[in-house]
Amino acid sequence: MFIRRHKLAPYLLLLPSLAGIGLVLVWPTIQTALLSFQNFGLGQLSGTLPTQWVGFSNFSTTLADPEFWLSLRITVVFAAVVVVLSLLVGTLVGVLLNHLGRKMATFVSSATLLAWATPVASASVVFYWLFSADGGVVDWGLSKLPSWLGGGPHWAAYNWTTSGALPAYTVLTLLVVWMGFPFIATTVLAGLKTIPAELLEAARVDGASPWRSFRTVTFPLMKPIFLVLLLLSIIWDFGIFTQTYFVTGELGNRDEYNLSLYLYDKAFTMPPSYGLGAALALILTVVLLIVTVGYVRASVRQGAIS
Amino acid sequence: MTALPQSLGRAGRAGGAAGRRVSRRTTQRFALNSIGVIVALVTLFPILWMISSAFKPSTELFSLTPQPIPLHPTLHNFSNVMNGKAAGIGISFWVFARNSVFVTVVTVVLASLVSLLAAVAVARFKFRFRASFLIMLLIVQMLPAQALVIPLFIDFRGIGLLDNLVGLILIYSAQALPLSVWLLRNFVAAVPRDLEEAAAIDGAGPVKVFWRILFPLVAPGLVATSIFSFITAWNEFVFALTFLGTDQAKYTLPIYVQYFFGRGSADWGGIMAASTLYTIPVVVFFLFVQRRMVGGLVAGAVKG
Repeated sequence: MFIRRHKLAPYLLLLPSLAGIGLVLVWPTIQTALLSFQNFGLGQLSGTLPTQWVGFSNFSTTLADPEFWLSLRITVVFAAVVVVLSLLVGTLVGVLLNHLGRKMATFVSSATLLAWATPVASASVVFYWLFSADGGVVDWGLSKLPSWLGGGPHWAAYNWTTSGALPAYTVLTLLVVWMGFPFIATTVLAGLKTIPAELLEAARVDGASPWRSFRTVTFPLMKPIFLVLLLLSIIWDFGIFTQTYFVTGELGNRDEYNLSLYLYDKAFTMPPSYGLGAALALILTVVLLIVTVGYVRASVRQGAIS
Repeated sequence: MTALPQSLGRAGRAGGAAGRRVSRRTTQRFALNSIGVIVALVTLFPILWMISSAFKPSTELFSLTPQPIPLHPTLHNFSNVMNGKAAGIGISFWVFARNSVFVTVVTVVLASLVSLLAAVAVARFKFRFRASFLIMLLIVQMLPAQALVIPLFIDFRGIGLLDNLVGLILIYSAQALPLSVWLLRNFVAAVPRDLEEAAAIDGAGPVKVFWRILFPLVAPGLVATSIFSFITAWNEFVFALTFLGTDQAKYTLPIYVQYFFGRGSADWGGIMAASTLYTIPVVVFFLFVQRRMVGGLVAGAVKG
């Protein structure tokens, strides 16, 4: 290699990345940890008040707040539902793409990639509008459905976004699954293409049904991919902010906060309490890091670090 | 598929059972294609509804029977967004578009260059902490933005980088780095070493080898990776929302959409026109580089 002679070369090449990652990702994480043990408000921000170390009081305040527990419950249930649904829909669409002809597969995968490409802010306002009580097409459709399908005139002008967590998170589930399944479908499709055709052919000759050959041949071979997708989905869906920020009405409905909204509200709504926000950010970060450890182990086992 | 012509041949000769098998295959194909069309239409529906709403006059937006295609299409919503009348913000859409394009283009260039250097280090050198560096990349890309935004808000306020697009560029570039390095190293590793060594023997210096041999060969990889920094910068919401407070002329597009959504929530035609305009560039970009993207996407996901 051209600069192998210089022992320092790799470190010099790494320097800009390390500086960027260190200053914008690693150092702020350390700062978050420090802030979480401080009382840090407007006074400290403007420098008129000195730094005030308060021990674990931000954490005890948080744990004593019923709103925290509500937001945590919403976050966990929402993440569980969305992870399962995105993996399910993504896998089904991936399998479908694998069975379609070339032109049809290109058409369907282009359509799904458009959903993935739509900016989060656009997708969020569009879903808000689809489910709007005034002029929304979903309420109109539901009100025209026959009652044995759950429709009926009571759906007209139904308010999805301010009627509590369940309706709002129904919209959010559809939104997040809509944005998330294309990535899973694409990855599953790529994994399916690596499975030797002879194996599936052998299963078919032995009289295995499609479901059985998926369960006994495809799934075991795809397990590492599914594991990575599962962990990535958990990490993404647990920390969702932008979509919930829009659909629950820009911090307008406290009973619809997930952990990220609760955190953001504590830190930035007047009067701001950056220390309290940092304690919550630390909790969120630690939860995600635990999942990340699993993700890193799965990646290493797959030979990604080579 | 390979079984099909064979069974067709047999069907021609023997008819009966084989013929039924052919027709079953045709039915199956038809069923699969129908499911494919349904999946595509359901997926496209929100996007199509957004575009159709953007062309509707307000009487049709709030009509008791919503029409999929506007009966009296109008450009009124778009012109309102363009001339700044929408949401009463008094600033044209193009100002926000320019901000977003500026932030995105600089982020993509910066992140590509910096991550290419790191990718060369990782793909071409053996050094201590190499594995640790790679694992660190996997970990830091998981850090949630809404956790980092608190200390960075305090820091950037201290050095005067709030209400400043340069501040956002620094954050977006750093956010894009881990995945970019992770993906690019595979592309660098795929370039045959012989080429570089041959050039070096012919007397080319390291810089020349980099620009004349390595760079052109890694360029497709750079395109694939740049999509992710593009998305990061074009989509990013939390930092822009927090940092761009007072100066509306600095808003990037997602913050404009948010402002519009918060202020003029009755003007759905205008909001849909704004989000359509915000979505179009990224959709065009995607369709343009789709094939490359899928490759990069999969390399990133499957290999870790």
